[in-house]
Amino acid sequence: MSVDAAVGVRPSRRLAGGTAAGLGTAVLYLSLIVLIPLAAVVWRSADEGPGYFWRSVTTPDAWSALTLTIGASALVALVNLVMGTLIAWVLVRDRFPGRAVLDTIIDLPFALPTIVAGLVLLALYGPQSPLGINLAYSRAGVVLALMFVTLPFVVRTVQPVLLELDAEMEQAAASLGARPFQTFRRIILPNLLPAMLSGTALAFTRAIAEFGSTVLISGNLPFKTQVAAVNLFSQIEGDNMTGAAAIATVLLVVALVALIALDVLQRWGSRRG
Amino acid sequence: MAKHVLRLTAVAYILFLLVLPVGLIIWRTFGDGLGPFVEALTSPSAVHAFKVTITVAAWAVVANTVFGVGAALLLVRHEFPGKRLLGAFIDLPMAVSPVVVGLALILVYGRFSPVGGLLESWGVQVIFSTPGMVLATVFVALPLVVRAIVPVLEELGDEQEQAAHTLGANRLQTFARITLPGIRWALGYGVVLCLARSLGEYGAVAVVSGRLVDQTQTLTLFVEERFQNFDQPAAFAAATALALIAVVTLLLTKLLRPKDLSDGN
Repeated sequence: MSVDAAVGVRPSRRLAGGTAAGLGTAVLYLSLIVLIPLAAVVWRSADEGPGYFWRSVTTPDAWSALTLTIGASALVALVNLVMGTLIAWVLVRDRFPGRAVLDTIIDLPFALPTIVAGLVLLALYGPQSPLGINLAYSRAGVVLALMFVTLPFVVRTVQPVLLELDAEMEQAAASLGARPFQTFRRIILPNLLPAMLSGTALAFTRAIAEFGSTVLISGNLPFKTQVAAVNLFSQIEGDNMTGAAAIATVLLVVALVALIALDVLQRWGSRRG
Repeated sequence: MAKHVLRLTAVAYILFLLVLPVGLIIWRTFGDGLGPFVEALTSPSAVHAFKVTITVAAWAVVANTVFGVGAALLLVRHEFPGKRLLGAFIDLPMAVSPVVVGLALILVYGRFSPVGGLLESWGVQVIFSTPGMVLATVFVALPLVVRAIVPVLEELGDEQEQAAHTLGANRLQTFARITLPGIRWALGYGVVLCLARSLGEYGAVAVVSGRLVDQTQTLTLFVEERFQNFDQPAAFAAATALALIAVVTLLLTKLLRPKDLSDGN
């Protein structure tokens, strides 16, 4: 799941010098590209003091963008929790023609550029919709875009757990008189829960950060459909770097909290497994 | 009965969220035959956008592949304090919004920052130019190669590498003859993922490129700019080209992935 998994207890057999040189290079590379720039964002957000930070985050348009983003992301995470588990279930337990194709295209949202995702959704659910459904420039459109880009997360975390789940437990429950729903609730659900929640946390983190897919379909109306990343983008374009850094810091903190929750969930899951 | 309801719900969800939208855009693009598609993609702006995209993606993939192999070897084959932290830092870019990435790079490498100013005085412009776009792309795609290789390196173990070392192979020989063949499928998988992410990056590149038409415009920026300027055929054609690249990526990863997993288990 993560490179953390690489951490194992293995006695070193290499020269410490090689390790030190490699580690130094890796840390330097990461610092120049990732760590120093991210630290600069946090540093810059505090430039004008906590009062300015607070005012930048709570300007009406920024505040509305942040609350919309968090609310829509929570809703989308919930939809994914249910639909992702359901899709994973169908892909693993059901057999029908076209299942393999379905299994392959689930990953398409990961491969498709986000701007293209926004454009294709606008084509089907925009002003020229052949279905007569127009979600352009509405909050429903934002939710739809986030649903599109987060589709694979829960499916792909639940699927392997479901594949390894022992069918004997279910058969035993059924032979002891459990109805299918009871078997699901008492046997299957407890085993799947850690994976379901991990996938949901990943989907939430992704939705919070999302930019490209919402640009076209939301129309970026402040106070209505503008998400945090788009608000941040307009602050950068307007050269308000300190305000932008404040919003960026909030996004970083929310992502960090979600990641820590994810780590806790994964440990909980591996303890149970 | 319940089985059919579940199946129908799953298929309908994927159909309306994924298949129909993507299918519609491809259908619209090719609705009038191949001619308009080719015409839209061979305009000077489109060709330029292709070239910029490929240049940026190529640099980013090379950088992330070299770093990815090195970092994976470091994480799996070496012991040092702070290993967990290094792993977490490598995963970090996945959680950062692309726009935050752009802002972060501008704050450090922009003209008005100390580092950016110094580089500018040496004649190197980073932001609103190719180096900045490469940096942004490297940032967003950073964990992909590492994540692809680490599990396979762990599965392989280091007995063969030890044996090669004992028999007198130097480190480069051991890597080229033992380690690299062992991880080649995983490496291919990681590189394909990294390439797809690099070709498709929009947000981070939108911020650091300045979105200058015919200068720093990549293919994804071209899609957005053409669409906003009511040139739907060009936007749809470029979007379809990117979607086709995504589909090819998907099939390639499908082809590359099972080999390592079945070897690994």
